Amino acid sequence: MVTETSIRFNRTFGLGGMALLLFTIQLVTGMVLRFAYIPSPEKAYDSILFIQHELLLGGFIRNIHHWSGIFFVILTFLHFVRVFFAQAIFIPRRVNWVIGIFLLLLVVLSNFTGYLLPWDQLSFWAVTVATNMLSYIPLIGDWLVQVIRGGNDVGSATLLNFYNFHTGILPIIMVILMVWHFWKVRKAKGVAVPDENNEVRVPSYPNLLLKELVVGLVLIAFICMLAAIFNAPLLDRANPAYSPNPAKAPWYFMGIQELLMHIHPFFAFIVLPLLFFGGLIWLPFKIKAGNQGLWFHSEKGKKMAIQAAVLALLFTPVAILIEDFFLHFESWLPHWPKAISEGLIPFLLLCGSFFIYLVYLRRKYIPDSREIIIAVFTVFTVSYIVLSVIGIWFRGESMQLNWPWLI
Amino acid sequence: MHSVPEECSVKESPDNRRNFLKKIWGVFGIVAGAESIAALAGFFKPGKKLLTDNTPKFIVAGNVKDFQLNSVFPFRSGKFYLVRLDDGGFMAISLKCTHLGCSVIWNEAKKEFICPCHASSFNTFGEVMKAPAPRALDVFHVIIEEGKVKVDVSKVIRRNGFDKTLVTYA
Repeated sequence: MVTETSIRFNRTFGLGGMALLLFTIQLVTGMVLRFAYIPSPEKAYDSILFIQHELLLGGFIRNIHHWSGIFFVILTFLHFVRVFFAQAIFIPRRVNWVIGIFLLLLVVLSNFTGYLLPWDQLSFWAVTVATNMLSYIPLIGDWLVQVIRGGNDVGSATLLNFYNFHTGILPIIMVILMVWHFWKVRKAKGVAVPDENNEVRVPSYPNLLLKELVVGLVLIAFICMLAAIFNAPLLDRANPAYSPNPAKAPWYFMGIQELLMHIHPFFAFIVLPLLFFGGLIWLPFKIKAGNQGLWFHSEKGKKMAIQAAVLALLFTPVAILIEDFFLHFESWLPHWPKAISEGLIPFLLLCGSFFIYLVYLRRKYIPDSREIIIAVFTVFTVSYIVLSVIGIWFRGESMQLNWPWLI
Repeated sequence: MHSVPEECSVKESPDNRRNFLKKIWGVFGIVAGAESIAALAGFFKPGKKLLTDNTPKFIVAGNVKDFQLNSVFPFRSGKFYLVRLDDGGFMAISLKCTHLGCSVIWNEAKKEFICPCHASSFNTFGEVMKAPAPRALDVFHVIIEEGKVKVDVSKVIRRNGFDKTLVTYA
């Protein structure tokens, strides 16, 4: 039995269900691809060429795997945002919220480990750049990069590691967490709705199941269509001696790479993500539940979220432009350590403007803690999306800012 | 204060034995855990034997005479640029950008190494001209034997800036 409100499409947008379907598609297509793919630097690229051009429907299956991989990341992210704004992160759903965050990270990691496998220029350099970001973790960074790569550079050991994580370890962990995730949804008596006790309950079959089926079939049709029209990208064979210009990380890490252009890696790659995800995990254990199931907690929360989104939309590009053209701390303070001139100072500037924003929020709205969290979450996510868009589409040769149509 | 009755502290009680056995199990558990971790670590250890590249330790770049003063020669297979300075000194500068590991490209017009990933740039000595790169480009040892320039690519040398001892003269 499920509540009537919970099966309306605009309650969940079917995001979780779609993510499950995409996992299944990835599992099936991935298993098939495994028969033809060879995880060694000498053979990997050729085996992809073989799959793409010579195997019967090989290209189609690889394209499906590619496109649903992208949708998997996007839809899981939207699912995460949806659940947050529905305030379904407190008791009795807070453990599930944490499981969900780990699943989101696993989805991204799965995509990332799969990114290397074609062993073309795109994948090789994206993984080189992205794994190098880890070396900025204090104390254990260099060691961690060595372990992940299986050596100093991205090479055959890296490919073998990534292949094993992509096709073995990560899917297994995900299945276990997913089972737990779904069981917890059942335990919480379904998804969060505003006035749970006065809800009419209807049987899951056919009410919920038919809807899921329709959404699933539409998604499958859409992905098949994409896969039939657009090929998964494949550039030249990986050449460790030449980076393409520009060399970009996988698109979901482009927000971080864009951030790296402006602030020391220790802050871009360690401090900010830790603050964000650490905060999201910690909050439901610290703060009492609000109006679970009610979008944005309240009308005020909704207003604040919209305002936060608009502000982030304006502030992020402006901050990027200012930093690119006017602020040059490393040349103003040439003798200071880079971690301070390029890291701490911009970070404190960011914190300063953020603090002013918080003071303004408190004065104007007199919000409770849940509403503040909603605004802060919105600022973080929208900024990350803006950073990604700029990194993906507005950075051309040598990562210089440019218009997308001129690149 | 109450004192423990003497017979209790001398005679072994069943509780003591149970605790002792529990501790033994605990120790076994720790040993088993450590063994598992050691085994796992072995599998994950960087530089898996069969997969390590068998590149030669030294790369012979060429005759000293062949390199003009004040110029830069790419050795892509060895992943370094051989730089001949104004004063005739040789430096082998790694082409791996210290920021995120992209291969830097020598720009003859600007006399700079430029990273295509995040637009860091370095001068002829490999020193940072423009961030985000955090430190100067790494170098390799250069030795000159019988008029031939040889570069030891087996060991990367980290540095923060120009260091006279890392320049080799004929």
